[in-house]
Amino acid sequence: MSQDEYRDMLPGHARFTLPEQPPAVRVNGRRPIPEVPRGSERRRDPDPVDVWDKRVAKGLAFLRRRLAGTYEVDDFGFDRELADSVFHPVLRVLYRDWFRTEVFGIENLPATGGGLVVGNHSGTLAMDALMLTVAVRDRHPRRRHLRLLGADLVFRVPVLSELARKSGATVACNPDAERLMSDGHLVGVFPEGFKGIGKRFADRYKLQRFGRGGFVSAALRTGTPIVPVAIVGAEEIYPILADIKPLARLLGIPYFPVTATFPWLGPLGLVPLPSKWLIQFCTPIPTAHLTEHADDPMVVYNLADQVRETIQATLLELLERRPDPFGL
Amino acid sequence: MVTSPPSVVVVTGVSRFLGARVAARLAADPRIERVVGLDPHDPPPALTGLLQDVKLIRADARAASGAIADLGAEAVVHLAVTSAPDPRHGGRPAMKEQNVIGTMQLLAAAQGSTRLRKLVVRSSTAAYGASFRDPAVFTEDTEPRAVPRGSFARDILDIEGYVRGFRRRRPEVTATVLRFAPFISSTAQTTLTRYFAQPVVPTVLGRDARLQFVHVDDALEILHRSVIEDHPGTFNVAGAGVLALSQAVRRAGRIAVPLPEGTLSTVAALARNAGVGAIGLDQIDLFVHGRVVDTTRLVREFGFTPRTTSEAFDDFITGHANGSSLTAARLAAAERAILDGIRRARAAGAESIGAGGERS
Repeated sequence: MSQDEYRDMLPGHARFTLPEQPPAVRVNGRRPIPEVPRGSERRRDPDPVDVWDKRVAKGLAFLRRRLAGTYEVDDFGFDRELADSVFHPVLRVLYRDWFRTEVFGIENLPATGGGLVVGNHSGTLAMDALMLTVAVRDRHPRRRHLRLLGADLVFRVPVLSELARKSGATVACNPDAERLMSDGHLVGVFPEGFKGIGKRFADRYKLQRFGRGGFVSAALRTGTPIVPVAIVGAEEIYPILADIKPLARLLGIPYFPVTATFPWLGPLGLVPLPSKWLIQFCTPIPTAHLTEHADDPMVVYNLADQVRETIQATLLELLERRPDPFGL
Repeated sequence: MVTSPPSVVVVTGVSRFLGARVAARLAADPRIERVVGLDPHDPPPALTGLLQDVKLIRADARAASGAIADLGAEAVVHLAVTSAPDPRHGGRPAMKEQNVIGTMQLLAAAQGSTRLRKLVVRSSTAAYGASFRDPAVFTEDTEPRAVPRGSFARDILDIEGYVRGFRRRRPEVTATVLRFAPFISSTAQTTLTRYFAQPVVPTVLGRDARLQFVHVDDALEILHRSVIEDHPGTFNVAGAGVLALSQAVRRAGRIAVPLPEGTLSTVAALARNAGVGAIGLDQIDLFVHGRVVDTTRLVREFGFTPRTTSEAFDDFITGHANGSSLTAARLAAAERAILDGIRRARAAGAESIGAGGERS
C-alpha cells in the first residue's frame, strides 16, 4: 500500500493541510507586537496601583472583621460574607475546572422576589446542591444567593450543621420554606432527598418518588413560582455500585455507598470523578393563581407530578446533548 | 377593648432583679394605686431602695390565695420564675418548687379571686424546646417537637400548661404570656451574662447557635404595658436580628474554646458541683440548637419595637469591657501594624532589588 492509498483510507481530515499564514503586515514600519521600550522596567509609574498591597490590605481587613465579629448573620444563620469570600471561591474551582459546568436557561430564574428551584438529586454526597448554588450565584445577572433546604440529618451532625447554616441552608420544613420565599429569597429544594442521592449507578437519571409534595404546598401558600431544574453530571461523580444496608443502619445513615473508589481507597475515594456537568433551568410554573388550593391534595399532587415530568424530560434532552459523561 | 389600668397590682418574685424593677416601675406609675410585692424571701439590700413604694408581703404562693383575695388585686404579674437553680436557696428542688408548684398555687388563688381582671406571666423562648427538626424561626404558634433536657425549659412548659388551664377556666381574665429571649444589659446578672463575662468562654465544637437577646429595659417596658394596657395572648419578646454564638463571643472580645458537646456537659456538671460556673443543660441545649423567634405579633400588638439583639449586646459589652482580650480597637491596631510591617518589608525588598539591578 502506497502512502497515498493509506491516506485515502483514513477517515476525516487525512488530506488536511495547514492554511498558509498571511505575510506579516508592518504597521508604521513596526511589527504589530507591543514592543517594550528599553529601560521601562526601571522607571516607576507616578501613580502605581499596587495590586498586592490592595490584596494584603483586603485580606487583613477581612480577618479583622471575622475576629471582631463585625459581620451580619441573618435569622437562618446565613453568613453572606463568609459564603462569598470562603465557600464560593472553593466550590467554584470544582464547578468550573473540575466539572466544567455549563448552565442553560438562567433567564428562567426570577430577577427579584421569591422563587422555588426544584431539582433532581444524585451523586452520593449532595454535591449537586452546592454546584447549583454556585451556578445561581455566578450566572444570575443579579448574582442571587440560592437558599437550600436540607434534610434534618445534615443539621444533626456537628460541623456539617454549622457549615450548612452559614452557607445559607436551613431545615427542609414548611415554616422555613415559606418564610424564606415570602422574604423574597430563591429557595432550592431536592424533593427526592436520600432516595435520589443514594440510588445505585444502574438507576442513574431515573427520578425517584417526590415524597408528599410539601414543597409544592409551600410554594402555593406563598404564591411563589416553581422553577424546575435538571442537573446532569452528578450521577457519575461517585457511582454507587452497592449499598451495604446493615452497615448503614449501624451507623444511623440512610445508605452506605460502595463506589469504584470508596471505601477501598479511603479518603482518596472522596475525590469525585471529573464528569461533565450540564444544568438546565426550565420555564417557571406560576402558582400565584392557585394560592387557595394549597391544601388541596389533588392540585398539589398534580403540580408535583408536572414538575417531576418536566425535570425527567429535560434530563433526557441534556443526556443526548452530552454523549460522553467524561468528555470536555 | 381598652379598659382602665388596674388599681391594685400584685407582683410576685420581688426579691429578684426583674421582679423588683417591675414592681418599682409600676409603683411609680400614677395610674396604679397600689403595688404589692409577694415573695417568700426578703429582697437583698441592693434592691430594697427600689421597693420603697411597694408593700411587701413575705409569703410563698401557698399563702397567696388569701393575700390576693384580701387585697382585692385586679392584676397579678407572675415573675417568680427562676431560670437557674441557686445552690444557696435549695438548688434544683427549690427551683422546681417555686416555678411549678408556685405557679400552680398562684393560679389556683387567682382563679378564686373574683376581682381579678388581668394576669401577666413571665415565660421564656425555652418553651419551644430543642430539636434538630425545629424550624429556624419560631412563631408563637410553633409547638415544641421534643421535651427539652434543661430543667428551666421543662418548668416553662409546665407553667404554660397551667396558664392554658387557667385561661380555660377564667376566660374573662386577660391573660398575657410573655416569652422572653435571654435578658441582657450592662448590669443584669444572669447565667448567660456571667458566661459571656468570662475571659475564656467554652462553646460547643461544630455548632454555632443563633442567639437572640432582649434588653432588660425593653422587657420592663413590655411588662409595664401589658399591665396598663390589654394584650391578651402569647407573645415572643426578643430583639430583632441574630448573633451567632461565636460572633457574640468575638464581639465581646472574649476567647472561645470549642469543646465537644459531651465534654462540655461533663465539664459544666463538674464545675456546677464545684460551685464555679452555672452552665446547665438549658444553656447547652441553647448552644447546640440556637433559638430565634418571630416578634411580628409583639411589635404589632404593643406598638413597641425592642432594640435589636446586637444593640442590646453592645450595651452588655460596654458594661463588661474589662476581661475582654481581643477588642475591636486592638484588632484594628494589629491590622495596621501588620499592614505597615508588610509594606515596609516590601519597600525594603524593592529597594534592594532596585539597588542590585543598578549595580549589575
